Formats: sequence, structure tokens, C-alpha cells
Amino acid sequence: MSNQPEPLPPELAGLDELTVAAPEGLFDRVAARWLRVPGPAGDLFVVFTDHGIAYVGDAGAGDDAELAQACHRRLARPLVPASKPPAGLLPALRSGHGAKLQFDLRAVSEFDRAVLTAAREIPPGQVRPYAWVARRIGRPRAVRAVGSALGRNPVPVLIPCHRVIRTDGALSNYVFGAAVKERLLLGENANLGEVRELARSGVFYLGSDTTGVVCFPSCSHARRITAGHRHGFATLEGARAEGYRPCRDCRPDVAEPA
Amino acid sequence: MCNRGEGRGVRESVNATNDMAETRHGGDPGLAAALAADLDAGFVELFGVYRHVVFSTALRVSGRWADAEDLAAEAFLRAYRALSGYAPERIAGLRLKPWLLTILLNEWRNRRRAADRSPPPAPLENVPEPQEQAEGAERLAERHETSRELAALLAQLPERQRLAVVLRHVAELSTAEVADVLGCPEGTAKSHVSRGLRRLRELHSSPAAGSTSTSLGGAS
Repeated sequence: MSNQPEPLPPELAGLDELTVAAPEGLFDRVAARWLRVPGPAGDLFVVFTDHGIAYVGDAGAGDDAELAQACHRRLARPLVPASKPPAGLLPALRSGHGAKLQFDLRAVSEFDRAVLTAAREIPPGQVRPYAWVARRIGRPRAVRAVGSALGRNPVPVLIPCHRVIRTDGALSNYVFGAAVKERLLLGENANLGEVRELARSGVFYLGSDTTGVVCFPSCSHARRITAGHRHGFATLEGARAEGYRPCRDCRPDVAEPA
Repeated sequence: MCNRGEGRGVRESVNATNDMAETRHGGDPGLAAALAADLDAGFVELFGVYRHVVFSTALRVSGRWADAEDLAAEAFLRAYRALSGYAPERIAGLRLKPWLLTILLNEWRNRRRAADRSPPPAPLENVPEPQEQAEGAERLAERHETSRELAALLAQLPERQRLAVVLRHVAELSTAEVADVLGCPEGTAKSHVSRGLRRLRELHSSPAAGSTSTSLGGAS
């Protein structure tokens, strides 16, 4: 059997010229690119697609092949080395502010994406309880599910799931291990010690009697309150009862139960 | 017998006249070995060899540049995901080109089915709509006028014939491979190709019979 196409009549001779070159960007719509970059708590294995950063691994956890394999389980895309980091990555790693980063969360469920979006709102050096994230996404009872979703964060460090901790100040689990979580937070100058100490004495909110505003204890506004003007509260209702209004930056009142 | 694929490749390489020619045989032992040894590195090679034929087929089947990009990207991704679950022996036995084009056409049918459930699509036998034609024409500016015209005529063929002609004469599959990809007997594939070509010639000699008057009007 011949594989040679039968000769085309002259008027159809252009048919075999209907082959066109594939567009330049086609490969990047299929594959993902990876590189190692220095991170705030050890090197990171960063993987990105044409949609944005899709995966971050702890580069200290293995060699290139092992890291790639871990990434494959999440992304299921061919991986090739990148020649340069994606736009904004290095500045974001220096500042801890990832607001301008583009992420590819196509492989992430809707619930998880909502959780990660809420986590992105937490500024460097601040922490929020799991319950706050649950309220923020309108699922106040899904505290445990929020924890699981953060544990599945495909892009840790860059989407700062490390800034979500327990109400009592305990760090709880982290994708890269609790020790890394602590290092990341201390590296951002979070007042972890103070948060824990206050929690031990039953204080979860701090108010300033000069501004009349009540915050989470890690909020930058709370940390500026001088000792004489600082008032601790166990509940937001308690603070409200004394005439304090919730901070508009750290938003302790987000979707609070009525 | 064992070097059947290789021998065919040599014979057909006579046809390779430009940088867009790719290996024309299905079973590519070198590529299969590369894929089995290192899937990601092998896949880069696979993409390099087949990207033009997969994209061209996607373009001639869908008739739209943006759809062709989506289709080709999705087909390669599906191919990669399938390969990552295959044992090396299975990869070695794949006839890569028809296999890729089968994935591509399945994806195209899925999308069309999904589109059929939402707003009604333009009938495929129709010439592309003006703005799409403009885009296509611009992209193909450096191609021959005849090719451009043929692409428009191709879009008017009934689906089966169009697929058969594209697979045979654009993707340059053997009739046996066309039959495999279309899931029909070889004789049927052959007759789809020859009827398609006949219809193309009719359309070519009497453009008014079709609705190509738009392109003629645009030229005046």
C-alpha cells in the first residue's frame, strides 16, 4: 500500500500548502517552565505557565527530578527549564507583597481558590485565624475545610497561607513544615510572641482609646498603640460594647455572625 | 518487517521540501524511545516534530485561527497526560501522528458538541464570517492566493469529506491512517477523500455555486 497521496489535479495543487506554521506561543500554552529562586526561608522551585505561577516547591526538599515529579502530580504538564523568572516574582519575594503576581489556579477547586484569594489579602508580618478566612469567604462553619485548602496551596510563600494561624497563636500545620512557617513569619517581623502571650491571657483583639478602633493584635495599627492607650478584648462584641469600631484594614468584623 | 516504519520514512523524506516537513511515518522509534526515557524532554521533541501538522489540521478543521490555537494546545496537553500514564512498550507501539490527530479531532468534536448545547453555531459548511475571514486572510497574507481560496472552498465541504481531505492532503496521512483516525473502513475513507476532491474541483470551477462571492466582492 502506498502512502504517497495520489497526484492532485492542478487546480487543487495548493492543498498541500494549507500547512501553516504553528504560532510561536503554542508551546507555552501546553508546557510549564521552572526555575529555582532564593526565597525568604530557603530556595524555592517555582513553576509557571502562560497564565501565571502555578506551583511552588521547597527547593531544598529534593533534586530537580524529584521536585519536577512532585509538581507533575499537581499540574500534569510538561516541564521545561525557564530562562528568566516570571514578571514581578523577585520584587514580590523581596517585599512579601504578592498582590501584583499572576497565578495559574486552573487546577484548583473553586472553594480552594476562594480560600487562597482571601489569604492573599493578609499583609506581610500579620496573621489571621482560620476562622477569619472561613468568614471572609462566606463559609463561617468551614474552618476545618479552610485549613485543608490552605494545606493544598500549590503556591505557598507567594500566596501567604503561612499567615493563617490558630486563634490561640499556635501555628498549626504548613505545607513546608511548621518550622518554615515560623521562620517565614518571624522573617516578616510578625509579633508572634506577643500574639501568643495575649491569647494566653484571653485577649484576641486590641483597641486604641485614642482612635476608638479595634484590631487583630498583629495589625500594623494595633502595634502602634502605646501601652497606656491599649485595651485588650476577648471578643469583638466586648470591644463594640465599649464603643470601639472594627479596623477597616485588618477587618476583624468580616462577615461576623450576627 | 521490523524496520517497516523506518523504510517508509526514508521513502517519504523525498517529499520533505521545507522546514515544516515532519517525519511522515506513524511509529517513530527514536521519538518513542526519547519519550520512554524522559517524558518531558521527549515531549519537547514530539511537539517540535508535530506542532505544524497538528496546528494546520486544527486550522483547516475549525476554520478559525483562535479555535485552532485552543484545539492544538489542548490536544498536545491531552497527549502529554495520556503518555504520562502509558508504559514504554505502549508508547513504542504508537503511531504518533495519527494518534495525535485522533486526539485533536476528538477534542474538536467535544467542543462542538458543547457549543451545540449553548448558542447555535454557524453551519460549518458556510464560509467563515467576514471578520474571521479578514483575520485568516491577514495571517495568511504571505500564502499563495490559490491556497487562500482553497481554504475557503474547503470550509464548504461536508464535514466527513473535509476531515478526510484535510487528513490526507494537509496532514498527509495514508488512507489507512485516515480510516483509523475517522474510525471507518479504509474504502470509506478513500471515497470520502475522492468525493471531497471532486467537490472541491466543482466549487473551484464555479465559485458562484458556493457562497465565495464575499471574497470576490472584497477584492473589487
